[in-house]
Amino acid sequence: MSTELVLLAVLMLAVTYPSRALGILTPGLDRLPHAALDYLQLVGPAVLSAIAAVTVMVVVDAGGRSVFHIGIEWVAVLACLAITAWRRNLLLGLIAAVLITVVAREMGLVALPGI
Amino acid sequence: MRRHLREDLPALTTTATTSASVEPPPGPVLQEGRRRLVVESLGIAVAAAGFGFVYGLAARDAGFSPIEAMAMSTLAFAGAAQFAAVGYVVGGVAWPAILLLTFLLNARHLLYSAALRPWLRDVSLPKRAVMAHLLTDEAFALAIGHFRRLGRTDVTGYWIGAIGATFIPWNVATLAGVLVGGSIPDPTRFGIDIIFPAAMVGLAVGLITGRRELVAALAGAVIGVIVALASSPALGIVAGGLLGPAVGLLVPAAAAHETAPIGTPRSAERYAMPGVHVDDEPLVEDEPLVEDER
Repeated sequence: MSTELVLLAVLMLAVTYPSRALGILTPGLDRLPHAALDYLQLVGPAVLSAIAAVTVMVVVDAGGRSVFHIGIEWVAVLACLAITAWRRNLLLGLIAAVLITVVAREMGLVALPGI
Repeated sequence: MRRHLREDLPALTTTATTSASVEPPPGPVLQEGRRRLVVESLGIAVAAAGFGFVYGLAARDAGFSPIEAMAMSTLAFAGAAQFAAVGYVVGGVAWPAILLLTFLLNARHLLYSAALRPWLRDVSLPKRAVMAHLLTDEAFALAIGHFRRLGRTDVTGYWIGAIGATFIPWNVATLAGVLVGGSIPDPTRFGIDIIFPAAMVGLAVGLITGRRELVAALAGAVIGVIVALASSPALGIVAGGLLGPAVGLLVPAAAAHETAPIGTPRSAERYAMPGVHVDDEPLVEDEPLVEDER
């Protein structure tokens, strides 16, 4: 059983724990500069949307090249986005995304992804 | 009107004089407060379990072993960062870049930590050290709401929210997901492959609390795809995550229409899993975190 990524988990702890502990453990800790706080507030939406977009829109072909991909995954992810924004409920969005994908694939509207 | 983010937090040195104490209030008040906390925690626990299960499935699908998936959940213990790490690993992102993005993604906890400082100042250092590791969006939202309702610190209440509602459900569900995932034949037939990108989008929606976040999200996606097509998916994700916020900052603060500044209970609720509402009391828009408890 692979344990290589355990080290990555330890390192992730090392870069996460200070953020959680500094305020609680360090008296007199001054606050971050305004610009840094503004930037940090935007990192979450940017990185998560980048991951989602790259995952559904870019595939690596047999030759190792990145190619643009259009498929039912777009519809499923957009449906999840819309439902989550509308109902503020990620679970409903995920269920809708899965249902759309499964139904489309069962109907043969799209081929199963080769990855 | 958007506030300066630093105004959301009490100055640590001055709030050392607040009435926050580890001494619990009289019995009936404490019991009622904890009863409500437990009710809120149940909703969080269910959501954490569901989401942890999906993380376990995604981790297994990405090739994580059960030990590796569990190490992430117990050590990093940060839902969005863990999901992102799965994407980074699959995309072949180098570890230093993964760590940089993990740090940036979790840096908001510094604000939660600073906001809790006045409440926990009388708690022993070892306990605070453990509390810090368990500080998540959900734990912060549960704790700060509980403390404010009591008007005092309740260490047991913190453990209820941090361990009972999040740490245990998240880790048990992760283990279940990474183990059960192997018994699901052809996951793509059941649409499991779509869960990860859909969850990423859903989490991003929960973080969008103003125009700057919206612009940053759109820019991150566009930049990510363009760079991924020009180079590799790994570089695209890193570029989108680092450059998207810079584009978002081009939106003038006056036009940002921020509705939940980071470091406030409301922002914690927004950062938490969408659909989870830990406190149905309406929060005054410009309400400070702790000063009103004096």
